[in-house]
Amino acid sequence: MLGEILQSIGEALGLAVALVFSGDPDLLEIVFLSLQVSLTATVFACVIGLPIGALVAIGRFRGRNAVLILMNALMGLPPVVVGLVVYLHLSRSGPLGFLGLLYTPTAMIIAQTILISPIVAALSRQVLEDLHAEYADQFRSLCLTRLQTIQALLWDARYSLLTVGLAGFGRAVAEVGAVIIVGGNIDHLTRVMTTAIALETSKGDLGLALALGIILLVIALGVNAAVQTVRMTAARQAYV
Amino acid sequence: MFDAMAPRTQPDNLRGTNVAPILPMSMREVVLRFGETAVLDGVSLDLGLRGCTVIMGSNGAGKSLLLKLMHGLIAPCSGSIKWGDLAPSDVMVRQALVFQKPVLLRRSVAANVDFVLKARGKGIAARDALLEHVGLLHKSAQPARLLSGGEAQRLALARALATDPEVLFLDEPTASLDPASVLVIERIVADARKRNVRVILVTHDIGQARRMADDVVFLHRGRIAEHSPASQFFPDPHSSVARDYLNGKIVV
Repeated sequence: MLGEILQSIGEALGLAVALVFSGDPDLLEIVFLSLQVSLTATVFACVIGLPIGALVAIGRFRGRNAVLILMNALMGLPPVVVGLVVYLHLSRSGPLGFLGLLYTPTAMIIAQTILISPIVAALSRQVLEDLHAEYADQFRSLCLTRLQTIQALLWDARYSLLTVGLAGFGRAVAEVGAVIIVGGNIDHLTRVMTTAIALETSKGDLGLALALGIILLVIALGVNAAVQTVRMTAARQAYV
Repeated sequence: MFDAMAPRTQPDNLRGTNVAPILPMSMREVVLRFGETAVLDGVSLDLGLRGCTVIMGSNGAGKSLLLKLMHGLIAPCSGSIKWGDLAPSDVMVRQALVFQKPVLLRRSVAANVDFVLKARGKGIAARDALLEHVGLLHKSAQPARLLSGGEAQRLALARALATDPEVLFLDEPTASLDPASVLVIERIVADARKRNVRVILVTHDIGQARRMADDVVFLHRGRIAEHSPASQFFPDPHSSVARDYLNGKIVV
């Protein structure tokens, strides 16, 4: 029994490697759509999350602790719940149904942006608060405005914030719950790596599922390695 | 354009406006408490229009806190501080503070100066002259945080001078620097004084205090033990604690 399973996994792995190197157009389409959706969501999440993280990092206001707890709690948003909420808003009878976005890559980007914005906001808040503790007296002495302070903190923490962006991207590219609900896993339209893996596994086509899994891992490793290289270069110049 | 020898004029952003003078400074019965402990206790001090005031005293006497109070970075629990008729927070933009441990941005040497010039709404035309003045022009492109201790402090001074301050606070700027670096920094501060910049310097270095001071404030346990002209303080201090300090005795 175990031997048969191992044999079938071995065959699937062989098929997967062959698929990866064959440049199969269907496979490439899925990979590119995955990257397009998750990278776009990461950019939007940074645009939303970094200013929020910076404002909370330097702000001292009533209810700040409650905001911190909420931000940290939202990091653990369940993807299926996010998917469901976005689905309810974008469905024909929903408040944004007239936009006709359900089952499009745009809907998937919206869902992933909602999912990872709290991650970017909460992690960047921590990074920027630590940096601000170092700079605060100097910045006050220079009479910087709040905007100038935030701009300076975001720029000086740029290499640490790369890791924050990476954490958001990692969460986005690996999640399946939200994109399968709002995207629908439609072939040649909204099928991404994670939804394809789920589908192919349920169909028993382990070769394609494993091929996609291998690519997902390689992308994750590659992006991590690239960010780490940039950070190490920056660290050598004491820019981290 | 920055000119190290030209007398300082009204800052660009204030030129043409009716700007109230911020000197002399008057501090009355200032108390600063951390919890139940009074770290500065009933401090009264007057600082004149020109020159270099040196603040001395043992560790924990309250020198750096006094500097931050004067600059407006912290507020007293009671008492008043007036620069002319203005509160410290109103004149902070016309002053600059160089910290004991320079806080340098994670950027190049040039970008550190550019940052301050731009924050003050100035162009970066003065940057090279400022860096040349502190002897760092040849290191413009280097990462600021890889500078040596002396170089880092000179960059902090260049940044402070980029704000064209009327008052320059220096919090032990030469602590743990070698004699050559100390002299370079003293030369830069002396040049600032010649440009009519009011200098307030905290130091433990008695030799430096002798070289720089016009008047000396000696703090002891959160109180001013003595405030005298340098010509009188060094040969014949009034207070016994200052006399012991100058004679190398341990003052606690």
